[in-house]
Order: sequence, then structure tokens, then C-alpha cells
Amino acid sequence: MSDISFRLKGSVVTTVLLEIHEPILDRIRIDLTQKIEQVPHFFNQAPVIVDLAKCRTISLDEFEMIVKLIRDLGMSVIGWRAKNNLPEWAEASSIPQLPDSKSRDMKVSSVSDEVSKEVGTKRSDTEESSVIVKKIIEEKRVNQPAKVITRPVRSGQQVYAEGDLIVLSQVSAGAEVLADGNIHVYGALRGRALAGVRGDEQARIFCKSLEAELVSIAGNFMLSDSLQNNVWKESAQIMLVDDNLEVAPL
Amino acid sequence: MAKIIVVTSGKGGVGKTTSSAALGTGIALKGHKTVIIDFDVGLRNLDLIMGCERRVVYDFVNVINKEATLNQALIKDKRTDGLYILPASQTRDKDALTLEGVDAVLKELAEEFDYIICDSPAGIERGAQMALYFADVAVVVTNPEVSSVRDSDRILGILQSKSRRAERGDAPIEEHLLITRYHPERVSAGEMLSVEDVEEILAIPLIGVIPESESVLKASNQGTPVILETESEAGLAYTDAVDRLMGEERPMRFLDVQRKGFFKRLLGG
Repeated sequence: MSDISFRLKGSVVTTVLLEIHEPILDRIRIDLTQKIEQVPHFFNQAPVIVDLAKCRTISLDEFEMIVKLIRDLGMSVIGWRAKNNLPEWAEASSIPQLPDSKSRDMKVSSVSDEVSKEVGTKRSDTEESSVIVKKIIEEKRVNQPAKVITRPVRSGQQVYAEGDLIVLSQVSAGAEVLADGNIHVYGALRGRALAGVRGDEQARIFCKSLEAELVSIAGNFMLSDSLQNNVWKESAQIMLVDDNLEVAPL
Repeated sequence: MAKIIVVTSGKGGVGKTTSSAALGTGIALKGHKTVIIDFDVGLRNLDLIMGCERRVVYDFVNVINKEATLNQALIKDKRTDGLYILPASQTRDKDALTLEGVDAVLKELAEEFDYIICDSPAGIERGAQMALYFADVAVVVTNPEVSSVRDSDRILGILQSKSRRAERGDAPIEEHLLITRYHPERVSAGEMLSVEDVEEILAIPLIGVIPESESVLKASNQGTPVILETESEAGLAYTDAVDRLMGEERPMRFLDVQRKGFFKRLLGG
């Protein structure tokens, strides 16, 4: 049994950021309703932050009308912010004022295709309207379980993993191991190893004894000839630094 | 339940048939009823090495096609009790082997025999895959040179993925390494891979190292399995290998360069 009644933890939540350019309530209502109709499940009960940084002037009344409008449309306002453009009523509002955060404007790195498509259409549609719906996305990597191979990967065999690949034995000459993520070989790597085959430049290759015919990360490859001048028949990792493969002893 | 042992290598000319004959004879000498099947349809050799080529009437393909019964095709070895040979057909090719046909023959043999040795043809195609498909144990015959080792590695991959055990998800085939034509002098001169090199690359347990020996060629030409040549190093090394295959511990012999004795040097031997 735990001896405390609660725990405080930090957490990041995906929210919608509503950037107000001009506080024209009717236009906001029309544009926002239209947006919501396109992807209703996405906006349903979504937490919203109202961003006033790009809005020249706005009264407390106007702001509260906007908050009410958002709530009427089925979303919940969890706070507002205004960067350096603080209105005079800042202290008086009952809605919490939030500190500015680094929002990445539509840079959705690893959300499913469906969501990124939705965000994409939103962006192009909003260009002329007074409302820009931004989405702050938590960098959430969908965790692919690693593939674990316990027996040697023999000449002529090919193993591919959608996440990381862990080989607990050797990879023979003439064999090929590929992964979208990292490759770990807890034995001699004598064949070919291709990490980050879908373009992940952060992927690395680790092996207990580097004797590879070829290593590649995100399409940048190195052949055995050049490897032999580096770290050879030793524990090594291979990573991509500024589009160049770097081999380092472990 | 009979144990099915495939003798395979990938590469040709490394000593599969010689080893099949020697291992089969060795197992039979230990009192187990054994049959050696020649899977090299079209390039029949086993009967020559076993010295029974004149007694071949029906063959493996005849049995598969039900043109002969198993008992008509099996040849009883004259030297060793409890040893039989099922010869390959010389006139057909590997397409004559079907999975169902081979399965049926092996099932029938399993009722009568303790050990079934499948002498695989070279390569990784149909014939070789047929020979290894039903195996419980594999003896991978390798010469200490890079291309042979590479081919053995390839066949190990096929054992892992294309055998019946792999397809059914059963316990994997037991793999054993048999190094043949080993030449300690050439290894120490750096002209040949050492036992350690081969073991490191293939990473499977070693059951024997057969030294290069004139007696192997002589025995083959005379149609006698070399294991019966108890005077020769190769014959003794095969005997050791059979013992290890049966789970006995035997120290490795004939791995070091033999220093010539004083008299041998004196006499220029």
C-alpha cells in the first residue's frame, strides 16, 4: 500500500490552440462551425487554448463572448495566453492565463496519416479567415515493439523489423538485416545492416564485432572497405552525423 | 521412432557422400539398424562408395512411384550387419522426388529402422531441400575454405526456415558441424581456415574433423566406407565423429601438425 494519498506528476496534453486575429464574433462563429463540421470527432470536448497574441485589441466582454461561443460549440476552454500582447483586463479574467509555449506550427512528426491530413486541410482553409486553428502536438512516438532474433541470421536470409531489431546472435556474411529503427547485434555483424530504412536519421546500428559488408542509416551507406580503416572486429556503433556515417568504438 | 539425419553442405565435392557412408556404417556398427538414402537423383554415387553398384535393381524413384516395394529396392550391406542402402535413380532427375512420395517412403522406413541417413545432393534447390525437409538432425559437411563455409552457412539458413520442423514450429533441427579434408600443415601455413575460424563463422557444435588423407580416395575407389579402415586417421576420425553424434565425449584428434620423428626424417619419410 502506498503511504501517500497523491502524487504530483508533470504531463503533456494535446490541445487545440485557437488564434484570434480579429474579435469579430459572427465571423469566428461561422468559420469555426465550418471547421468543426469537417472533423467533428476531433473537436468534440477538445481542450482549447485561446491565443490573443495576434489580436490587436480585444475587450474583456469580447473575450468572454468568444469563450462562451467555444463552449457552445462543444469544446472546453482551459486557458488563454497572449505572449507580449497582454490586454489591460488580464488580471480580471476568470479564465486562467497560460505561459507561452513553443508551439510547432503543424509540424506533426509522428501522428497517424489521418490526423496529419486533417490538420493539413485545416491549415489551407484557414488562410483567409480570421481564425487559425493550431494544434499543439505532443511528440508521441507510437511504440513499435522490437523484433528479437535469437538464432544466427544466416547467409541468404533477410530479417526486417518495423521498429528496432535485436539479434542476440551473429549476422553471417551474405545475410541482411533491416529495421525502421535501430539495429542491435549481440554477436558478429558480418552481413549487411540497414537501419532507419524509412528515413529515420536518428537510427543507429550497434554491434559486438563490426565485420560488416555494408552498413546503412537512412540510405547513407558505407562498405566494408571503408569500415576496415575505422573500427574493425570491435564493438562499435554507427550513427548519422550531418549526412555522414560515423563509426565509433563502444 | 527413427531419427532422420541429413548429411548436407550446399557446396559440392566436400565429402557428403563419403561422410554419409562412413557415418551410416559407424552407426550400424554400434548395433542400430540403419539405412542410407541417396537423394542425388541423376548423379547416383552412394552405391559406388558403398561398393554395391552391381546389385542395384530398383531405386528410390521406383519406390516413390510405387513401381517397386521398399524391400525390393533396399540393398543389404555385405560388410556391416543392420546396414541398408536405398540407391538413387541414375536415369531420372530431381523433379521425380515429391514431398508426399518422400514422406511416405520415410514413414515406411521409420517403422523398421533406428536411423535414416539422407545423403543430400549439392546445391540448395529441390533435391537438397527434399533431403533436409524431414530431418531431425543435420550434419553439415564443410571444407576449411571460405566458399564452402559460406555455402554451409546458407544451408543452415535453409534448415532453419524450410524444414518441416521450421514450418510446424517444432524444436529446430539439431545442427552439427563436420569439417572434412582438413590439412593441419596448410592451416599452420595460413593457406586454409583453421577449425576455430570455421567454428566461429558457423557457430554450431563441432562433431568431427576429418584429416585430408589418401586412404579416403583409395577406400572410395574400392567401394569401402573409409570408417572401416581402422589403420587410417580419417577412418578413426569418422569413428570419433559417430561417437560424438551418439552423444559421447571424445577428444579431438589429428588437428596438429605432426612432427616427423627422428628416424622418419633420417629416412626421408
